[in-house]
Amino acid sequence: MNKSRFTLTLFSLFVMAAMVLAACGGKATTTAEPTSPPAEPTAVPDVGFDVMPGGALEEALKGTYKGTTVTVDGAFEGNDPDGVKMAKSVAKFEELTGIDVNYIGNKEFEATISVRVDAGDAPDIADFPQPGKAAQYVAAGKVVDVRSFMSEEWLSRQYNQSWRDMATINGVEAGVFHRFNGKSLVWYPKKAWDAAGYKIPETWEELLALTQQIADDGDTAWCIGIESGAATGWPATDWTEEMMLRTTSLENYDKWVAGELPFDSPEVKKAIETWSEIWFNDAYVFGGRSSIVSTFFGDAPAPMFQDPPQCWMHKQGNFITGFFPEGKVAGVDYGFFYLPPVDPAYGKPFLVAGDVMVMFNDRPEVRALMEYFTVPQSASGWLEGGGALAAHQTATPDMYGVELERGIAELVAQATSFRFDGSDLMPGEVGAGSFWEHITSYVAGSEDLDTAMKAIDATWPKK
Amino acid sequence: MKSGKRQKLLGSLFVNGTLLLLVILWTVPTLGIFISSFRNRNDIAVSGWWNVFPHREWKVTREIDPVAAGLNPDGVMEVEGVSGTFDQFRAGLTTPEGERLIWVGNKRIGRIQVQEKVWTVSWNFTLDNYRQVLGGQNFEFTRPDGTVEVVPGDNMAGAFLNSLAVTVPSTVIPILIAAFAAYAFAWMNFPGRRTLFIMVVALLVVPLQIALVPILRDYRALNLNGTFLAIWLAHTGFGLALATYLLYNYISSLPRDILESAFIDGASHFTVFTRLILPLSLPALASFAIFQFLWVWNDYLVALIFLGGNPEFELVTQRMAAIVGARGQDWHLLTAGAFVSMILPLAVFFGLQRFFVRGLLAGSVKG
Amino acid sequence: MASTKEISQQKLSLGAGLVSLLGRVALAVGIPLIAFYVLYLGFIFLRDSNAPRGVIALVAIVWGVGGVAALYWVFNDLVERLSDAWKSRLLPFVFVGPAMAILAWYLAIPTLRTFWISLFDRNGPPEGLNLFQQLTSDSFVGLSNYAAVFTESLMREAFRNNLLWIIFGSTFSVIFGLVIAVLADRSRIENAAKSLIFLPMAISFVGASIIWNFIYEYRPAGQPQVGLLNAIVTSLGGQPQAWPQWVAISPWNNLFLIVIVIWLQAGYAMVLFSAALKGIPEEILEASRIDGANEFQIFFKIMIPSIRGTIISVWTTIVIFTLKIFDVVWVMTGGQFGTHVIATQFYRQAFTNRNSGFGAAIAIVLLIAVIPVMYYNLKQFREREAF
Repeated sequence: MNKSRFTLTLFSLFVMAAMVLAACGGKATTTAEPTSPPAEPTAVPDVGFDVMPGGALEEALKGTYKGTTVTVDGAFEGNDPDGVKMAKSVAKFEELTGIDVNYIGNKEFEATISVRVDAGDAPDIADFPQPGKAAQYVAAGKVVDVRSFMSEEWLSRQYNQSWRDMATINGVEAGVFHRFNGKSLVWYPKKAWDAAGYKIPETWEELLALTQQIADDGDTAWCIGIESGAATGWPATDWTEEMMLRTTSLENYDKWVAGELPFDSPEVKKAIETWSEIWFNDAYVFGGRSSIVSTFFGDAPAPMFQDPPQCWMHKQGNFITGFFPEGKVAGVDYGFFYLPPVDPAYGKPFLVAGDVMVMFNDRPEVRALMEYFTVPQSASGWLEGGGALAAHQTATPDMYGVELERGIAELVAQATSFRFDGSDLMPGEVGAGSFWEHITSYVAGSEDLDTAMKAIDATWPKK
Repeated sequence: MKSGKRQKLLGSLFVNGTLLLLVILWTVPTLGIFISSFRNRNDIAVSGWWNVFPHREWKVTREIDPVAAGLNPDGVMEVEGVSGTFDQFRAGLTTPEGERLIWVGNKRIGRIQVQEKVWTVSWNFTLDNYRQVLGGQNFEFTRPDGTVEVVPGDNMAGAFLNSLAVTVPSTVIPILIAAFAAYAFAWMNFPGRRTLFIMVVALLVVPLQIALVPILRDYRALNLNGTFLAIWLAHTGFGLALATYLLYNYISSLPRDILESAFIDGASHFTVFTRLILPLSLPALASFAIFQFLWVWNDYLVALIFLGGNPEFELVTQRMAAIVGARGQDWHLLTAGAFVSMILPLAVFFGLQRFFVRGLLAGSVKG
Repeated sequence: MASTKEISQQKLSLGAGLVSLLGRVALAVGIPLIAFYVLYLGFIFLRDSNAPRGVIALVAIVWGVGGVAALYWVFNDLVERLSDAWKSRLLPFVFVGPAMAILAWYLAIPTLRTFWISLFDRNGPPEGLNLFQQLTSDSFVGLSNYAAVFTESLMREAFRNNLLWIIFGSTFSVIFGLVIAVLADRSRIENAAKSLIFLPMAISFVGASIIWNFIYEYRPAGQPQVGLLNAIVTSLGGQPQAWPQWVAISPWNNLFLIVIVIWLQAGYAMVLFSAALKGIPEEILEASRIDGANEFQIFFKIMIPSIRGTIISVWTTIVIFTLKIFDVVWVMTGGQFGTHVIATQFYRQAFTNRNSGFGAAIAIVLLIAVIPVMYYNLKQFREREAF
């Protein structure tokens, strides 16, 4: 009995040892195989997009880096609509270079990128929807300056200087912008709008007059909702930024975003008071002021699509069309116009938000993909599938497959200036924390403007 | 005798009645999402799910065009023998016949509806949510030349398999390891017993997020990232404290005399553990197995970090996150998604529920 | 049993004691290490092989589970070959060692690391320096992160809310779980009832938040309400509210979030209580019934004392669970409207703000908060003796 058990013990030890050996053997054979065939020097064929001369992409198109993999992290899932658009956008790059783009993004981007970078497992490239969040990684010296491998000439050819400024953090050009959303848009129910005979307002006075007109006609003009789970309040920060651009200078806006102009300054307060005029008037907002904080931002435009509409205007970025009721057609059921300027002295500013590609690991194949991201064709998935615009100044309207995005692109082209969503550029404590929190309290009425602004200023991280 | 019977009946009525009440209370929220999962997105957004039950609702019988009727909304209007201002009509006015006159829309494009209260149900059911969750959504791309390309979505079969491959060992391994440890804490004497036990309780409260960075670093050094072993061990590590704690509590409360008699018969600890303790602890093992299965099945973050976001290993939770879209615009699909992803955990619950039976100890305790 | 061991322990010389200690440590570390190594090689092999995914998964499952089981068996067998004295010295560590080693690797050591980080500023300890150099660097801030944790207004709000969570969340989860388990035990619809109460547990937190949105959803007055609670309130003539976001009643709006967790956790408590109730021998219950005890007396005099250990463990785990409550709050309100809890603050500081020192300090404070629970459990532990 006991002896047979001992034999069994020995036997199982032996089996384990055998498996270990088998495992080692199996591994050895797989690694022995050559991974990439010898590269043949060929001329760069016509690939359908511009290639930076003398760069890694030019080399990659010869097949030099065939078989390598570039990992890209981001804030959307690889299988959701944005993930499919990303896959479509890089398909041509993969096909032409033989480099495999492995997209590993997810909804917990904020946490996973943080963990991965701290553990020394940073992705090669990360798609940051909020450039401000990249600042910590730049400060920690984890990010590669794109000027280290892309020429000044090339970058200024592909990008408007503002975009490059917005990607520059602490003197490091931390990445290249890839695509963006236009925010300064007001959506309206086109069919009913035309039937009622309302005119698209060109100035702030006209907008306020129209708002009053709609109130006189018995409806509330605006649909507003800022509830968004952990991010509740962000649409109110958008409105604040819109009004900052429209009531004060660009210099002040930039100073405000950089933390040099406090929230508790007359400029910022004036901007907030400007939109408060609409928001806090129960005759102007569907459901009244009290419903704003508890209405989910995605549900907010829904009353606009009732027959007849319950509200007539909704300000939001172009992604909002994804939340419109099924079967509503752009140009028929709904249209959009530019949120008019308040003070003509500040021109026609345009507020945008977008994704910046940030590089963590410097390898030739990673450089190649970064260079690819500097051409508008690299955003083709969005240009053809809708949802975002190309951030490159070389993008032309004929690259867009979707009418709506093309129209917005034309509107953007008419703007006299544009600025990035300020809260996305501020440090996380403010831009993704106290700004949301206290502006929500202000709208909810649990804090007055002074208290809220002072509270936000207090959370700005000390240098 | 008779009163005893009545008392028994009353008692049973009380027990079953209270239970039924609690069950209904507990089930209503789930029922709501279950019904909603068969409704289309627009219906979900405008009416409550309980409208699928018969209820009385205002139904439009005919409409009056205020312009054609020559009404001036700025003054007092008279319609069908009822007069009122615009605001009053907007709120709704009742005619002597019990009909309701209501002005919908504004003064410019509004109209007056004549409504009647009728019994109705809204049974506009669809399987579309389930189709999209299970079969994947299709994506359309319009090229600049106007041609449309459709990219079909993935189905869920692969994700289900992967989730199973992650969950089953992540459930069994910690139970095995914890059961040994729990036995040692309960029935063996060794130095450091108390200190180690206190460590187990303390580690219950440690948020697993703090372990992600060091463990990922170790995994990188070991070239382990992206393997099943990596995620199993991680879930084992994160679930082990609770498993040891719960199993200890059960195993230590087993009657002492059973073990004593076994030891007197010359059994070794290993034999007592495998032959006696494990079978007797089945209810506890089963209940922990259920919980651990659920937690691992519904985990998102740990898998993201240690499976390296490898698209080959997409899990059900990642699939669900993908379904709602980057900004959550398709949250209505989660109504169906929640039920699809619940199937397996529920099956495990039903499968293991049969271990919650009385009488495992029957015969082992005398008197 | 016990007496032979005492004698053998007294006989132990210093040298043998040292060998024994080394043996114990070697076993505790050795078993998991060997297990890990063997499993590891197997998995690297599986990862690099080209077999279909289903086959790999299946082989992996057998390999993983079977491997762990076989290792216990092998090591037990080896130790049992030793003399009785050595057996009783080493065997406990065969049993408890692997669990402790894994816990140390996955939780205990990361906790120590977190404590270290909590002594530094937002960028954490500077990389590339030894411990002493880190201590003398500018980044070292001592206990000032802890001072901030206890003084910052949002943190104070979080502590207050966690207290609400513990008081209401754990108490009601335990009470409902116990009542349902006892009632179901007496009922003919036991399995159906238990399954339905358990149902919420199977739903992910995101799913649960969708479910409760259908309860709490707010639409302006006059509009058809889509949320059940507001539909009921308005049909009774009340004003619709955005329940968890209802700041006017702060901090009591937290209760609307706590309800969700009670709904989720009652199933957990019920399952464990149910398992424990089944452990009470039927003879004892019958005997007291024959003695004329009514059901309430049986409940308080027999059931509660018999499952006291389970009640304590369920209560302990739910208190700890509510102490680190995160997902429900994060998905429903993100901590706004006065609903921050310790874990949402931790997440914000650690990941959103990447303020490592502060985030680490919050995590360590959780450990301090659990000391009373630990103390109580240790008392219980001492009462139960081992052989």
